[in-house]
Amino acid sequence: MAAKSQICSIWLGSETGILKGVSLSKKQAFNFCEMSCLSRDQEVCVMAWGDSHESEVLVGSVNGTVKTFSTDKGIFTATRECGDPSQGRFTGLSVTDSSLITCVESGLLKVWKEGCTDTVEVNVGNGICRMQQNPSQRHRVATGGKENPLKVWDLERPDKPIFTAKNVAHDWLDMRVPVWVKDIGFIPDSDKIVTCTGHHQVRVYDPSTSQRRPVMEAQFGEYPLTALSLPASQDTVVVGNTHGEIGILDLRKGLVRGCLKGLAGAVRGLQCHPSLPLVASCGLDRFLRVHSLEDRSLQHKVYLKSRLNCVLLSSRELESSSPDVSGDVEEVKAEEDEVWDTMETVTEKTKKRAAQTSETVVNGVDGKKKRKLVKTNVK
Amino acid sequence: MDSTELTTSESVSKKKGKTKNLKRKPKPDKAPVEKMDQAEVEVTDEKPVSGACFPPTFSMSDIKNKQRRHSMFLKIKEQKRKLKLELKKKKKKERKALGDKAPPKEVPKTIENQRIYDETTVSPEDEEVAFDEGTDEFAAYFNRLTNPKVLITTSDRPRGRTVRFCDHLATVIPHAHVYYRRGLALKRVIPQCVSRGFTYLIVINEDRKVPNGLVLCHLPDGPTAHFKLSSVRLRKEMKRKGKSPTEHVPEVILNNFSTRLGHSIGRLFAALFPHDPQFVGRQVATFHNQRDFIFFRFHRYIFKNEKRVGIQELGPRFTLKLRSLQKGTFDSKFGEYEWVHKRHEMDSCRRKFHL
Repeated sequence: MAAKSQICSIWLGSETGILKGVSLSKKQAFNFCEMSCLSRDQEVCVMAWGDSHESEVLVGSVNGTVKTFSTDKGIFTATRECGDPSQGRFTGLSVTDSSLITCVESGLLKVWKEGCTDTVEVNVGNGICRMQQNPSQRHRVATGGKENPLKVWDLERPDKPIFTAKNVAHDWLDMRVPVWVKDIGFIPDSDKIVTCTGHHQVRVYDPSTSQRRPVMEAQFGEYPLTALSLPASQDTVVVGNTHGEIGILDLRKGLVRGCLKGLAGAVRGLQCHPSLPLVASCGLDRFLRVHSLEDRSLQHKVYLKSRLNCVLLSSRELESSSPDVSGDVEEVKAEEDEVWDTMETVTEKTKKRAAQTSETVVNGVDGKKKRKLVKTNVK
Repeated sequence: MDSTELTTSESVSKKKGKTKNLKRKPKPDKAPVEKMDQAEVEVTDEKPVSGACFPPTFSMSDIKNKQRRHSMFLKIKEQKRKLKLELKKKKKKERKALGDKAPPKEVPKTIENQRIYDETTVSPEDEEVAFDEGTDEFAAYFNRLTNPKVLITTSDRPRGRTVRFCDHLATVIPHAHVYYRRGLALKRVIPQCVSRGFTYLIVINEDRKVPNGLVLCHLPDGPTAHFKLSSVRLRKEMKRKGKSPTEHVPEVILNNFSTRLGHSIGRLFAALFPHDPQFVGRQVATFHNQRDFIFFRFHRYIFKNEKRVGIQELGPRFTLKLRSLQKGTFDSKFGEYEWVHKRHEMDSCRRKFHL
């Protein structure tokens, strides 16, 4: 188990309650769960890294438990009860120094200190869809949900939110615009916060100014947005919706830069790699897909047999599982190249066809496509 | 002209020697070519002859006289057909002569047997998929805790064939109730259905008096499938149909639902019919999936003797094609889709099938 879990670079939580690890370099996927004691109430709602070295994965299930999974040992090391299922499922999970922050749908945000039983409780309002932690100031969290606007809380002074968003102005019929925050992201190196809504809007708020309404609003598609992630490169945000459309939006003007293709079902989890231009998405179609943000091409596609709820990327390189294996990967690549060299017959055939239609350019593109398709077949 | 005649005779002699060569270049069959046809012979001869008066890139469509071009085309077509028949006869003879030693017949290439492997294909011993299916929304039906009860309705103000199609569907599916839509919103119909114990809601959509869509919604908590409905044949329009079906519970046949998505769809159809078919009725409802089209047929069978079975179609018959599968009950605006058919992204390869 330990050897298996150490090579995994992507972690996924499924609707069947299984924690899955995927190693892209070895092109393998593992289940970290007892297949005999599966049950639906272990369905994974949220996942987070337990520490900065990324040796622990925290998994929040529907039944109110938070389990700690050690990636070094490959086993669940601890389980703790963090709320009961009657208050709704988890919407957010994060770690500050030595304490755990959980938030459930009913709006009960709790801070669990290490070692002591008493908790700090904050009621952040009903219908919470997402709680996110500010990665640079780790004691600040943002919450939002259905008819519950974006609020930023300082957990050192939890009695009042430090920022509450104001709803946008009434529409052209002078009707109130409904509020439905589905996901929140903190823009690094600034105070700005980006949210996506169930009414397919993407909004940017700036708590540093006095303006409580969004400083920028954009629309993407016509279906509810479900997930959002901020890539390493500045000024863009990646959003996914319930029809399996992922868009890259520019945050400066709110224009769609491009769409990622290949998804069949709703996006549930979306995460960008902290340093590389890669984005991993998972959802109801049971596939994990890794797209490149540069040319928007599909890099990897893994079938994982259950509906997937959340995805967690490690910050190291995805292709190489650990630094000492990087040579191995290159070898594999070389082998692949050999394989491609031996496949001349196919290209000749296509050339012939191309000669007939006198379109050599198209042929080249075709050849590339085939190559990519074969590469993406991970299993 | 001498030279051209020479070439024709050559080609004829070749034909006698090898018939296989001929298959590629069909040429006039008769050796003594009539004077009328001489020009044509030159035309069909593709070999570059030194004294030929036609440019080397000649094709039949270059003949400007339409009548001539047409007659020429017909002639060549006829020749091709004859050749093909001859070849077939010859092959058959050879096979007969060889007897048991004959090489096995070649399997024709179809886009189905050339299908691209789908990694979601379900293997029966897969624990995880078995668990997933064992605890999904249909688990209650398959554990024999619920009995299906189906509500059939249409889009607003149905006309003509749609009404009759609903009636026919109600005779096929046991415990089905046809209700007039009365302009009600589906989102308001669904809670009422749930409170009255219905397990399925079927909505037939109609466009210009032709049924063209079918929404199949499993209650109380989904999933919802949306199909394109085509080639609807009602009982009245069918030839050699049997007497109208009895009220026995039919048997259900589900064919070729092999992928994970196909399994979900198959379970959706299976849960439409009650458990324990009444074999006395000898009626079978078939959902046959081929190239992602689901063909529905309703038959009555009879065992004539130990080997032979007679079947009689009872109707109706229709074809479904999956457009989307949505988690939860019908909610086209805020619902989460498990699978959506995206034509331009998914239909780029003809050999890829999703069900």
